[in-house]
Parts: sequence; C-alpha cells; structure tokens
Amino acid sequence: MRKQLRLSGSGGQGVITAAIILAEAAVSEGKQAVQSQSYGPEARGGASKSEVIIDDEKIFHPHVKSPDFVLAMTQKAADKYFTDLNSEGVLILDDDLVPNSPDFKNIIRVPITKLAVEKIGKALFSNIVALGVIVKVTKLVDFETIKKAVAHRVPPHTIEQNMAALQIGYDSVE
Amino acid sequence: MSAKLMQGNEAVAEGALAAGVRFFGGYPITPSTEIAEGMAKLLPKVGGTFIQMEDEIASMGVVLGASLAGKKVLTASSGPGISLKQELIGYAAAAEIPVVIVNVQRVGPSTGQPTAPSQGDVMQARWGTHGDHSIIALSPWSVRESFELTIKAINYAEKFRTPVILLMDEIVGHLRENVELPAENEIEIYPRRTPKKSRAEGYEPYTPDEDLVPNVANFGEGYHVHVTGLIHDETGFPSGSPKITAEFIKRMHEKISRAADEIIEVETDFMDDAEIAVVSFGGTARTAYEAVRNSRAKGLKVGFVRLVTIWPFADKIIAELAKKVKGLIVAELNYGQIVGEVQRAANGNCAVKLCAKYDMTIFEPEEIESAIDELISEVGGK
Repeated sequence: MRKQLRLSGSGGQGVITAAIILAEAAVSEGKQAVQSQSYGPEARGGASKSEVIIDDEKIFHPHVKSPDFVLAMTQKAADKYFTDLNSEGVLILDDDLVPNSPDFKNIIRVPITKLAVEKIGKALFSNIVALGVIVKVTKLVDFETIKKAVAHRVPPHTIEQNMAALQIGYDSVE
Repeated sequence: MSAKLMQGNEAVAEGALAAGVRFFGGYPITPSTEIAEGMAKLLPKVGGTFIQMEDEIASMGVVLGASLAGKKVLTASSGPGISLKQELIGYAAAAEIPVVIVNVQRVGPSTGQPTAPSQGDVMQARWGTHGDHSIIALSPWSVRESFELTIKAINYAEKFRTPVILLMDEIVGHLRENVELPAENEIEIYPRRTPKKSRAEGYEPYTPDEDLVPNVANFGEGYHVHVTGLIHDETGFPSGSPKITAEFIKRMHEKISRAADEIIEVETDFMDDAEIAVVSFGGTARTAYEAVRNSRAKGLKVGFVRLVTIWPFADKIIAELAKKVKGLIVAELNYGQIVGEVQRAANGNCAVKLCAKYDMTIFEPEEIESAIDELISEVGGK
C-alpha cells in the first residue's frame, strides 16, 4: 500500500536527512522507497522540502501527490504544504515554530525543537526528534529499524545523543 | 546483495569506479556535487586520484591530461560549468581523447535556477562545442541505470576515443531509490586501446584501425605522441591539406555513425497495439511511464518510448515507429529540443506533438495524460 510523506521546513533543520533515514529504514524492511527533495540555492534559511514514497510496488513518478503525512517545521512550510494533504492524513507541526495551526482536521503539535534543545542540548537534533514522532504516528517502519537507520547515518560519536533524540520524539506522542 | 537506498549521483560515482575510472577532476556545482563527493571518497581507496581544480575549465584540462597519460577519467558539472568546458570538449573530440563528462542538468540559461530540474542541455550536448564533430550522449532514468550508463559511457569513450556526455537531470541525480547494483562479473569493461605496432615498425599514433579509431599510445609508454586540436595527419602533427582535412572530419563522424546500431538504445513498452506513443528520456520518462500506464487503465492505446541514447539520435527507430502509430508526443523538461529530432525522423508519417515544461517543476502524470487525450482527439483512434 502506497504511503506518501512530505517533510518540510527551512534549510539547516535537517528535514532532508530525516527523509533519507526514513527511506533507508523502509528499504531495509524490504519495501520500495523513493526520496526526492527541493530546496533553494541558500545553504541555510531557504525553504526546504523532502518527499518520501513507500510502496510494495516499484515507484516511477517520484513526486508526492496528496500526502498521507506532512511534517512542517516552520509556519511558512505549514501554510504552504498542508493544502494537498489527503483528507484523512495527518499534519505534524513544531509547536513553537508553527504558532498558527492551518485549518485542518488531524493536527499533531509537538514541541520538536524545544525538546531537542532542552533534553539533548542542541536544536541540531530536532530532525531526529521529528523522526521519532513520525515513526510513532505513521507506523511506517518498526522503531528498531529506524534506530538502526539513524545509527548508520549519523557520525559515530553522536549515536548516543541521536538515540536519545529518537526516543524523546517517539515518547512525545500517544 | 540486498537492495539499498542510493542516490543517482552516488551511483554515477560507483559506476565510474566499477568502469575503471581512476582519475576525477572537477569543481563542485549543484546539482552534480555528490558525484565529486563520491569520487573523493572512493578513488583514494583504490589508489586513484581526486582533484578539485580552481574552476571547470581547469577541471576539463586536467582530466584530458590524465587520460592521455593512460587513466580512465571522469568529470562532472551542471549547465554553467558545462558551458565553460566546451572548448576542451572540442579539443577532446579533435585530439580523440577518451573522456566522460557528466552534466546533471538544471534550469538555464546562465546560472538559471541552480537547484531546479531541467532537460534544457540536450542540444548543448550535441553542438555545445564548435565545428563538425560527433558525440555520444546517454540519459539514465533510474539510479541503477545511472550506474550502468556511467560504465557504458566510459566504455564508449575508450572504444571510440571520443568525449561522451552522460546527460543526467536533477530528478535522477538527486533521487534516492532502492537499488541492487550488478555484480562485478556482470560488468563488461572496454580496456584502453593500445598500439599494435612498435616504433621500429613505423607506428603512427593517429593511424585509424579497422573501426576508424586510432590506437593512440599513452604518454610515458615509450612512444612519441604529438597531440593537437589542429587538424592533423596520422603522425599527429598539423596538416594544411584539404584532402586530409576532409578525411579527418569524415572519419570523426563515421567512427561513431558506423557503430550507431550498437550505441543507440531505445526502451519501449505497451507498443504492440499502440496507436500513439509518448517519447521521453531521463527523469521525465518516469512520469511519462506512469501517465502511459494510467491512460492504458482508461483503455487508451498508448505506448511508451524512452530514449536511452540521446546522441546519436535514434533516427531509424523513430522513423519506423512513425509509420506504425498515428502520433507521437514528445515530453521534455524544456521549451522543445528533442522534439525537432523526432519531427525530422518521423518525416511527416505521423503527428508529432510537443509536451514541454520549463517552470522549475517536474511533470505531473496528469499533464502528460492531458497531452495524450488531446493528441487522440486530434488524430482519432482510441
């Protein structure tokens, strides 16, 4: 069954890395996945968006249409990218960075960046906190699989902090 | 080997390594940079050389030097950098130096839209450098094919001693998907051509072999080799002769055109009963494939044609197709480039309709499906 996700925010928040890790986790569970991205020419601060499609069948057209899940880490991203959400889909918002909820039925607000700063000490880990939230909400991959995928992707000396970030995100939602 | 997630650009670097590339010179530019990053990681592990030069022109120069010295070489860039490389691409064509240039296309002209996808360099790949010359250009649509066509590009560069353009686009270059790379024993490699005569036997570096390609000796292997961009005779030294000039230019073209059937690859699907077909290439073909499948599901007799080889153009295949179908749609992410070639090859035997896009975004299947519906209503049929 095809599942489509869009992770959005601004350059430097790590949404593309989070999307890559999620796709890697899906592939390691034997699923088909494509991950694409679009971003501005700026290294940091420009709009950044990454999309992941997970399916049992081969995926040709790589772009997401009416996603099942959207993560928005800025107000701008939230306003722009919730519009084509599947009506039964879920919009995940950073509670502090997205003060105004768009007019949508299923919204989950999590203080993603705040959790990263207060519990791990750096906003740098907010994308991994977000990944924990996404895995809990979407149930697209096993928590054990995402742990392995994160550990595989991040610098070795940061694995402990990243595992903590993932767990914090996972535990932050029901 | 189990499947893993890999990016198109990463697959190019892996393919280059598998093909025997041991020298990469480049200058980073979005959306091609991951190729340079990949080569920087991979080459030192196998005793190869990665060098980041001061600009794209020097990057092209350094790979030509390394190629003449016997290395299989690669460079990669995008539109603005490829424009800068043109002078030395012509030099490589004239001096018959094997080299592969990867162009991960983005929106142009000039610096254009640095991070946005495009297929606007199709004609530049053919005619970007001045003068009569032949060229080979290949365009992958998947991550696995990025690996495979990089190997083919290197092999063609070596076999025909010509510059080869790997015409990627941002869609495939930056796309990550499941990939299972072929095993080492499934990979065919064309070795560097070597002299068949000694100096004592009267070896001349630019004497063409039976396939019209010369066996130019590598520098440092005991032969005298003179290399020039001026039109030269078999000794490699410049010649002012009209006869030699005409022969040279003819041979430049014929060494590729005589092997066209070997080089030209076109993938087709849903063609058996097709009344019209969509022609596309590179990343756009992924969307075209989905559009064709969706149209088939609606009962429309639509076929799928994908140009794997862009240059030399698939004249014969398109000409034959044009006699079978009522119309061809050419879907390309530019203002209309390959459509002219399709029209020329179709030669009035079927309708040719352009489906162009040039707004920084890739096609959605519905856009190509609309073009299919329109063409069917124009030419009749189902």
